[in-house]
Amino acid sequence: MIPGRTLIGPPCHSGMSLMAVAPEVRDHRGIAEFTDSGTTVPRAPEPTVPSTTSPGGGGDGPRRPDDGRPDRGRRHRAGRRRDHRGRLRGPVRRSAETRVLAGVCGGLAQATGIDVTLVRIAFVLLSLGSGIGILAYALGWLLLPLEGDNTTIFARAVTDRRGLRLVVAIVPALVVVQVVAGALHLGYLGSASWPVFLAGAAAILIRRNASEDERVWINDDVLPMLHTNSGRQGRWSLALRIVVGAALGLAGLLALILGHPTGAAFRPIAGSLLVVAAIVVVFGPWWLSLVRDLLAERQARALAEERAQMAAHVHDSVLQTLALIQRSADDPRHVVRLARAQERELRSWLFDGRPPGTIGDEATTLAEGIDLLQRQVESDHGVTVQVVVVGDSPLTAGVRALLDAAREATVNAAKWSGAAQISIYAEVEPTAAMLYVRDRGCGFDPDGVPTDRQGIARSIRARMARIGGSAVIRSAPGRGTEVELSLPLNPAAR
Amino acid sequence: MSPGGRPRIFLVDDHAMFRAGVRAELGDSVEVVGEADEARAAVEMIGERLPDVVLLDVHLPGGGGVAVLSGVMPHHPEVQFLALSVSDAPEDVIAVIRAGARGYVTKTISGTELLQAVERVGAGDAVFSPRLAGFVLDAFAAGAGPGMVTGVDPELDQLSPREREVLRLIARGYTYKEVARDLGISAKTVESHVSSVLRKLQLSTRHELTRWATDRRLV
Repeated sequence: MIPGRTLIGPPCHSGMSLMAVAPEVRDHRGIAEFTDSGTTVPRAPEPTVPSTTSPGGGGDGPRRPDDGRPDRGRRHRAGRRRDHRGRLRGPVRRSAETRVLAGVCGGLAQATGIDVTLVRIAFVLLSLGSGIGILAYALGWLLLPLEGDNTTIFARAVTDRRGLRLVVAIVPALVVVQVVAGALHLGYLGSASWPVFLAGAAAILIRRNASEDERVWINDDVLPMLHTNSGRQGRWSLALRIVVGAALGLAGLLALILGHPTGAAFRPIAGSLLVVAAIVVVFGPWWLSLVRDLLAERQARALAEERAQMAAHVHDSVLQTLALIQRSADDPRHVVRLARAQERELRSWLFDGRPPGTIGDEATTLAEGIDLLQRQVESDHGVTVQVVVVGDSPLTAGVRALLDAAREATVNAAKWSGAAQISIYAEVEPTAAMLYVRDRGCGFDPDGVPTDRQGIARSIRARMARIGGSAVIRSAPGRGTEVELSLPLNPAAR
Repeated sequence: MSPGGRPRIFLVDDHAMFRAGVRAELGDSVEVVGEADEARAAVEMIGERLPDVVLLDVHLPGGGGVAVLSGVMPHHPEVQFLALSVSDAPEDVIAVIRAGARGYVTKTISGTELLQAVERVGAGDAVFSPRLAGFVLDAFAAGAGPGMVTGVDPELDQLSPREREVLRLIARGYTYKEVARDLGISAKTVESHVSSVLRKLQLSTRHELTRWATDRRLV
């Protein structure tokens, strides 16, 4: 059921939508003009506007009546006034609200004023009786525009050459069924197969040319019902199909043999088999090539999607950063900062599989905490922080304090040492966590008294002492500084 | 070495900009005997020109740095390889080391440090960046039960306490000289420890290492 579905389109990066959507919109316009001159599709009263429900713009689908959209969908509804009997006037449209499948019945009910349930019952009866109902429904789906949409699926389908070839490929199959039905005097099968096959052809065109929203819905909600997916469910349905098929086939053969003990029925069967074989020989290679084409098309589409995603990411992150870097070429520290931040993001995307922009600000382990520390110090102070972490530990109160002390030492080095690079090394062992912050900057004499530094050193030591750890600071003028922090870990508590 | 005692190096990297950058940074201290931007051409040209050291990008068209290593090493074991990468994914790094590179440094390395690394690799020693040292410590973490595959030589599957100390100092950002001073040993001893770790890294069947390799479908 659709009415409750909230249609939030796929996240669409600005870059991607620019690249991917523009040509589609153009296509739509082209097709819409074709429709103007070439078909009897019911048309909206206004001039053609390119569809905003084009692929990529799936965010504002037509199925949400009150999504605040100021454009066509609204105006259509406003333009279609109800007459004195409560009917909606204007061209027949598939209903966006009253729908089980595609809204054809709902649309007809609205246009005629007949209760939608009656319309539905009529369709079901027509379908069971002769198959005409199915065909009529498929044609309605194909030829009626959805409420709020200006183009029909058919308008797009006429340019879908591969889809049309698929439709043509169905014809021989229909001939086969007709021949078999004729040979076996199965009148019902013969007469009902026409509309069903034509509806099947329409279904192919619908599946391939529906608007993006509808296609998403077909793929997500309708096709899974057929259990065509692989996986456990697919295997079960395959087993079920085989069992049911075998039972039906066996029953049919038995009925034939029992009904015609002389074997007279087998002559028409043999005849129709020959015709079937002939058709397969003639059309088989073509069908195979169609299947190959379809597979290739699907692969190409997947590839294109992947590429678009890649392009979107590169556009949003790398290209933006490069532009920023060009603009701030006279500020080397800023450039380094930008480049480092971008590098980190790209790395986390490429190697950790994290989507862009999701490097969390919340750490849950020591390693993540150090990552965060690295990011902040690098962006705040424009230095490079090189991090090596061996092992990891959850973020306990002690580890948090260790991180705080490490941050103080790192910021201190960034501010005062003058070194362009600071190294952090952390190692978690079963009984202790060790963390080293090292720079190769100016260093200082721990026994001399530059009071500001002593204060910081004292604060780091006090911090570590409070959690039962220790801090050792080694430094000499001109030889850089190293702060060694150690935190005993209780193996049982880890 | 060429007559002037300068190491003869060969650059393999698919980024022309990076190759030019390395040339400029190393300047006259080395003799660049050739460049290649993909694996097959690299294997061919290295075989012809026989440089002392190949600076090898980890990611390359045509099979990556590993393809170059496996193409050259069997025929010219005297050529040494130093891997360079912007990628720090452990499996990438471990893969090139296990394929035969004698060192690994990141592309953000400074010109002087790179020259030192080239000279060290050229002399047959190993070059470990802090990152690589961290990876190795991680892979050889002590007491990892399931990590111990009963290999041919159990010695290969663990680091000695001294090797561990050396690697830890390298991971902390110490140079070999600083490591030597800190541990009270000679720089030569540090180098031999590092080379021994490299050998273990290449030959060990430790689960962590083989898993990294399997993840990359290298085994």
